[in-house]
Amino acid sequence: MPDWLVSRRSKESEARDAALWSKCPKCGEVLYRRDLAANFYVCTKCDYHFRMGAYDRISTIVDGDFSEVGGDIVPGDPLGWVDKKTYPAKLAGDREKSGLSEAVVCGFGQVGGFDVGLGVMDFHFRGGTMGTVVGERIALLLEESRRRGVPCIIFTASGGARMEEGMLALAQMAKTSAAVTRFTEDGNFFLVVLTDPTTGGVAASFAFQADVIVAESKAMIGFAGRRVIEQTIRQKLPDQFQTAEFLLEKGAIDMVVERRALKDTLVRLLAYTTAVRR
Amino acid sequence: MSNNPIVEREKGLVELGRRIAELRAVNATQPVDMSAEIAALESKYQEILHEVFGALTPWEKVHMARHPSRPTALDYISQFERFDELHGDRQFRDDPSIVAGFAMLRGRPVMAIGQQRGRDTKENLRRNFGMPAPEGYRKVRRLARVASRLGLPIVTLVDTKGADPGITSEEHAQSEAIAMCLHEFTMARVPIVATVIGEGGSGGALALAIADHVIMLEHSTYSVASPEGCAAILWSDASKAEEAASRLKLTAQDLQRFGIVDEIVPEPLGGAHREPGATVARVLTVVDQAVKRLKALAPEELLEERYRKYRRLGEWQTGRRDRIGEGT
Repeated sequence: MPDWLVSRRSKESEARDAALWSKCPKCGEVLYRRDLAANFYVCTKCDYHFRMGAYDRISTIVDGDFSEVGGDIVPGDPLGWVDKKTYPAKLAGDREKSGLSEAVVCGFGQVGGFDVGLGVMDFHFRGGTMGTVVGERIALLLEESRRRGVPCIIFTASGGARMEEGMLALAQMAKTSAAVTRFTEDGNFFLVVLTDPTTGGVAASFAFQADVIVAESKAMIGFAGRRVIEQTIRQKLPDQFQTAEFLLEKGAIDMVVERRALKDTLVRLLAYTTAVRR
Repeated sequence: MSNNPIVEREKGLVELGRRIAELRAVNATQPVDMSAEIAALESKYQEILHEVFGALTPWEKVHMARHPSRPTALDYISQFERFDELHGDRQFRDDPSIVAGFAMLRGRPVMAIGQQRGRDTKENLRRNFGMPAPEGYRKVRRLARVASRLGLPIVTLVDTKGADPGITSEEHAQSEAIAMCLHEFTMARVPIVATVIGEGGSGGALALAIADHVIMLEHSTYSVASPEGCAAILWSDASKAEEAASRLKLTAQDLQRFGIVDEIVPEPLGGAHREPGATVARVLTVVDQAVKRLKALAPEELLEERYRKYRRLGEWQTGRRDRIGEGT
């Protein structure tokens, strides 16, 4: 593992790594932590895909170094939000818990020898919700990828727009869409990997504007949350509903890929769209 | 029985209005002079009107925006000089919660696109309470593209609780339908003027509202989620909707402060439905002025301005530059 990553690994994953064993939330199998990490955080017994931290994810995708952009952009408190806690207090808690400064990490690196812009969302920070900073960092990533003329890959994991920033959060759907339009209309390749879960304002903006949409197997993907739909129709939904496999069957995405095969898949796709290989 | 507090509070006024009318009739036909009583009741009426509607709370505005008599998209579209409705997404079906087509506004051809809720139960069922399905958003996208090609300004009327959250909508990729609407609106080479006339509910509203000029009626609302939805998401308690309404900053006045909204059109005291004709005319005048002003810009200028406008939105700080992974 490269030094930069070791230094950036979240406190949470450190804490998790310190514990020798992890229990699979799906099958209950007790897994040796090091085996789990070596297996890309996929349960060795039932193939359950654990939700990954952004830096853990980056380390499984990039060849070596990764230079972050927009990491210095941090949120304000435009609404002066207070419920049980203030919004700044909630953010402080998320920073502490996740070791991240916001719900997405963006930057540049190489994947299979191809230079790419890479954005990775992290569900552990405010449920991966998109507020101003997520929108701003993603717009920056797309603008900088366009300037460099490199493909852009974004891993999504999000509960949607962030309530605590109100309409300014919703406006990030417009901001990221505008940045995607400029990027793709210029002839650049935009690839999105949907991971568990991707819903609401992120699904309904840049995620589904990609040229190619890959989803991790079993990921939950949709517009409305499962609870909202069940309340609306007053009946329980089938288990398969809104899974990556379901979306593939309905024609909404290009392919479903298992995490262990993900990097190889990305490299194969990049090869079609990148003329010069280093 | 209505569960809309605005409707409930109007009942006293309606009753008072009826008594004033009765007294007037008596006054006109009988040899007694009741003008003093009438004047007293009229001043009482005005007093109550001001008291009830003079300073609406965000929660009251939510209900004003949902008022069953509030003018709907078709009430505006019917006041354009001409309108020829166009239908369908060319793939699956026509979604009646979206009304769209060629229209003539003050002598200028435009593409009018509106979200249409029902004005009664029967129409609400047909129009799915104004909650568009993916087919509706695909119709919007198709017609926005036609407008862009033909050089027709796009005029939208936003009024929805949100995009339809049903099973079929998920199967038909609601996220993709909205996402591609947003994409189309960011690249349309014609002026886009959006007006929130009632409820602007979340992404389902934004899909029609990426615009060069965003207008809101004084008592309309525009929000990241409905107050009920927000309360359910954050506190798992939809009954805290009133609290959510005040926290979300969903009023036109708040949103103008954030730069989300460019212009607010005033409503008559008591709400747009008290003087629908005048309200609709006022909105159309403001829309026409915005279109006229934007028409003067070249498409490249328009697109650049639109990009910058959305690029700026939000509140954030930048600290020191991160240097992760650079040569360590």
